[in-house]
Amino acid sequence: MSSTRTTPPSPPGTGRSIRRPGDRVFAGTAKGAGILILAILAGVAAFLVVESLPALTAPAEEIPGGEGLASYVVPLVFGTLLAAVIALLVATPLAVAIALFIGYYAPRRLAQGLGYVVDLLAAIPSIVYGFWGIFWLAPKLVPFYVWLEEDLGFIPLFAGPASTTGRTMLTAGLVLAVMILPIVSAISREAFLQVPSLHREAALALGATRWEMIRMAVLPYGRSAVVGGAMLGLGRALGETMAVAIVLSVSGGITFNLISSGNPSTIAANIALEFPESSGIDINTLIASGLALFVITFAVNMLARAIVNRRADFSGAN
Amino acid sequence: MSQTSTAPVPTGSSAPGPRRGERAGRLPRWAPLACFLGAAVLVAVLWPVFDLNIALAVLYTVVLGTLAVYLLARSVEGRRRATDRLVTCLVVSAFGLAMVPLVSLVWEVVSRGIGRLDGEFFNSSLVGIVGEGGGAYHAIMGTLVITALTTLISVPIGLMTAIYLVEYAQGRLKRAITFLVDVMTGIPSIVAGLFAYALFAIFLGPGVRLGIMGAIALSVLMIPVVVRSAEEVLKLVPNELREASYALGVPKWRTIVKVVVPTAIAGLGTGVTLAIARVVGETAPLLITLGITNATNLDPFDGRMATLPVYAYYQLTQPGVPPEFATDRAWTAALVLIILVMGLNVVARLISRFFAPKSGR
Amino acid sequence: MAKRIDVSDLNIYYGDFLAVEGVNVSIEPRSITALIGPSGCGKSTFLRSINRMHEVIPGGRVEGKIVMDGQDLYASDVDPVDVRRQIGMVFQRPNPFPTMSIYENVAAGIRLNSKKMKKSDLDDLVERSLRGANLWNEVKDRLDRPGAGLSGGQQQRLCIARAIAVEPDVLLMDEPASALDPISTLAIEDLMADLKERFTIVIVTHNMQQAARVSEQTGFFNLNGVGQPGRLIEFNPTEKIFSNPDQKATEDYISGRFG
Repeated sequence: MSSTRTTPPSPPGTGRSIRRPGDRVFAGTAKGAGILILAILAGVAAFLVVESLPALTAPAEEIPGGEGLASYVVPLVFGTLLAAVIALLVATPLAVAIALFIGYYAPRRLAQGLGYVVDLLAAIPSIVYGFWGIFWLAPKLVPFYVWLEEDLGFIPLFAGPASTTGRTMLTAGLVLAVMILPIVSAISREAFLQVPSLHREAALALGATRWEMIRMAVLPYGRSAVVGGAMLGLGRALGETMAVAIVLSVSGGITFNLISSGNPSTIAANIALEFPESSGIDINTLIASGLALFVITFAVNMLARAIVNRRADFSGAN
Repeated sequence: MSQTSTAPVPTGSSAPGPRRGERAGRLPRWAPLACFLGAAVLVAVLWPVFDLNIALAVLYTVVLGTLAVYLLARSVEGRRRATDRLVTCLVVSAFGLAMVPLVSLVWEVVSRGIGRLDGEFFNSSLVGIVGEGGGAYHAIMGTLVITALTTLISVPIGLMTAIYLVEYAQGRLKRAITFLVDVMTGIPSIVAGLFAYALFAIFLGPGVRLGIMGAIALSVLMIPVVVRSAEEVLKLVPNELREASYALGVPKWRTIVKVVVPTAIAGLGTGVTLAIARVVGETAPLLITLGITNATNLDPFDGRMATLPVYAYYQLTQPGVPPEFATDRAWTAALVLIILVMGLNVVARLISRFFAPKSGR
Repeated sequence: MAKRIDVSDLNIYYGDFLAVEGVNVSIEPRSITALIGPSGCGKSTFLRSINRMHEVIPGGRVEGKIVMDGQDLYASDVDPVDVRRQIGMVFQRPNPFPTMSIYENVAAGIRLNSKKMKKSDLDDLVERSLRGANLWNEVKDRLDRPGAGLSGGQQQRLCIARAIAVEPDVLLMDEPASALDPISTLAIEDLMADLKERFTIVIVTHNMQQAARVSEQTGFFNLNGVGQPGRLIEFNPTEKIFSNPDQKATEDYISGRFG
């Protein structure tokens, strides 16, 4: 209503109607709130840039590590991506299976309750996942890592030596996988439920088994939503902080060795671990790495939302 | 974790299509169950021989059972039905696998945390505590203050934005805000914390720690959640009610305030409660904006404050000597956090159940 | 109370789309005017333009004039909210406010505008309006129950009570009985016959018998084809329309040859 639209010439008396002061104030406040959100988002970027400038301009030897900002940030970016990709590879197939189970395999009466149980995974605070990861999951994985080193050690990923605490990159990735499971499966489930029943019934009427029906009618329909959901999960995994900070044993730089105790840290975990004890240029360096994380997650999320939203436009749900 | 769920389907890749000669018999309903029972028995017998642990035993049972079901179905029902059964087994075991973290996590936190879930934990702070005893009174109160402050900031902004999007906005600005709110839900929490720190550091100098900084950081995380849920709920209010109100000569803003919002109040309450549940367990942004303290500080404009998640983190990672007392406190703090979050989830469901408009269409 | 409405050269647009074209009509006070015609012919749009409700839809606007007892409803200094206070409306589907009781629903026009009124005066107004809508005897013992708990026909009369409680001059009804059963419909028609003593009533209906039963004047809307604007084909006393219409199209429609 507030936007002026171009209309064909209209005689007097048919132009914009007058608006009451109450309406003007209320509409203005609402619009202000919407614009404030845009301002906050711009502010996040702006303040991060301002506070990372000192690190961007500082001489290399003042940056922690003494070799400049790039060599400080790059291993962190690598660690961030590695942990997130492990999480994504593990979580996506599981999430799709869960979505299929709830949508097409579980008894109808149980389905909603099961969906709620999966959503509970999303409600658990990330620090609790960290506790669980370091005390429950990591020790349980040690024998598995020993076995990997012995029997699959020829693969560089499992070269070892296997960590004795289990606090490895693979453990961190698995914890992240559990954490992003709910969002990926929720978005997949939503898409699977929107498959027109006509398609499903047509497949069944042709004599397809349940799996063939899913493969012919459900999966093609939901594919881009699964991709979008996985991207959203990736965004979460990239930015996840506390679980990684607690679980991952950090030392050393870039390595693809997933089961040893020497791992690159992730950006977010590194900030959480270093920030409380830092001051001066170190803080600016950490904020600069945070800026890198912000840019990466922002890009991933934008891409993911674009994919998911395009899906929504196609669906006949509305 | 086992890899059964992610294993590719071995045979189901060729196109199905009805084929002659495949109309063989059907397995009885109890056949799959029998296969898994048989596998379990076999594994139980072999347990001492191979020195299994419980995880491996379950893994072998599932793999053997699935294999048995597939082979049996293959010989009796044909390839297509066998593939169908194989996928069913995979999907069900994937779901079972996903339940392992949830169950083990809840079990772990409850069994380790229940020990210190006592009066002292809720009544005392950590002032003068070395070793045994002490509590999280200061952290719990800090979390309540910060969460209340966050809610106070986020709900008006989030609700008004949702009202703008549903009732007023059109065109490009609407699309831009909707899209960016979606993107904003994905901002890493640590980045929100850095933002709040940078904002205050510019005006108050580096090294500043204040409760209000934490509240602002959490608001960055909470606002988009409130906007999205409120938007969904406001869209559900039937247009007929707005028209009924307009036709009585009620201005638009009064219609929104007195008809639309009250009609949607149950959904709005649910959404806000879930949004609170989302931020109440956030640790990272508070770690870098509030820090930690052992004493009780309830003034968000004056220095460091303790909060429950950060308290749990420091009790676990910097326990002191001997460590077990602090570690116990950390687990209890984690348990209290889980109870808090689950409680908020339950409250949210109750709100949507009991405050929904009566016998509406 | 009960004012006359003169419409001249009215075009109604949604954005660039011309929905209704060239309406000229005079609606008499203290009478019922029925608007009939096939679906999509613009009769509801025209009805909504009389109290500027069509402006609620983005892009809705008019050219031409609607004058009520000398007051131009579309003059540039007229607030649509004030127009709607003088011209009430009842909708196709009963739409009581689900969060309000029966009493609050009737008082909604007063309460939502935060007008100050003594409790006893408000009680009187609610009773008067419910009596005016022939609903008082059915609900007087349960005024504090939710309005949505009533039957469909009762809900529609509640909506009429709500509309007349703000004491408008004109009452617009958009197919008020089409969602109701025959008995409830009869109750609404009886009510309309009572209400026309006090209000100018304009009703849109798909039911030609209903138009014939209740109205003094009838207007027939039609359109030439999809995407074409709707037009007022004929406006005459109801008796004439149903016995000896001027236009061939009207006769075809009424005798059931199309539409």
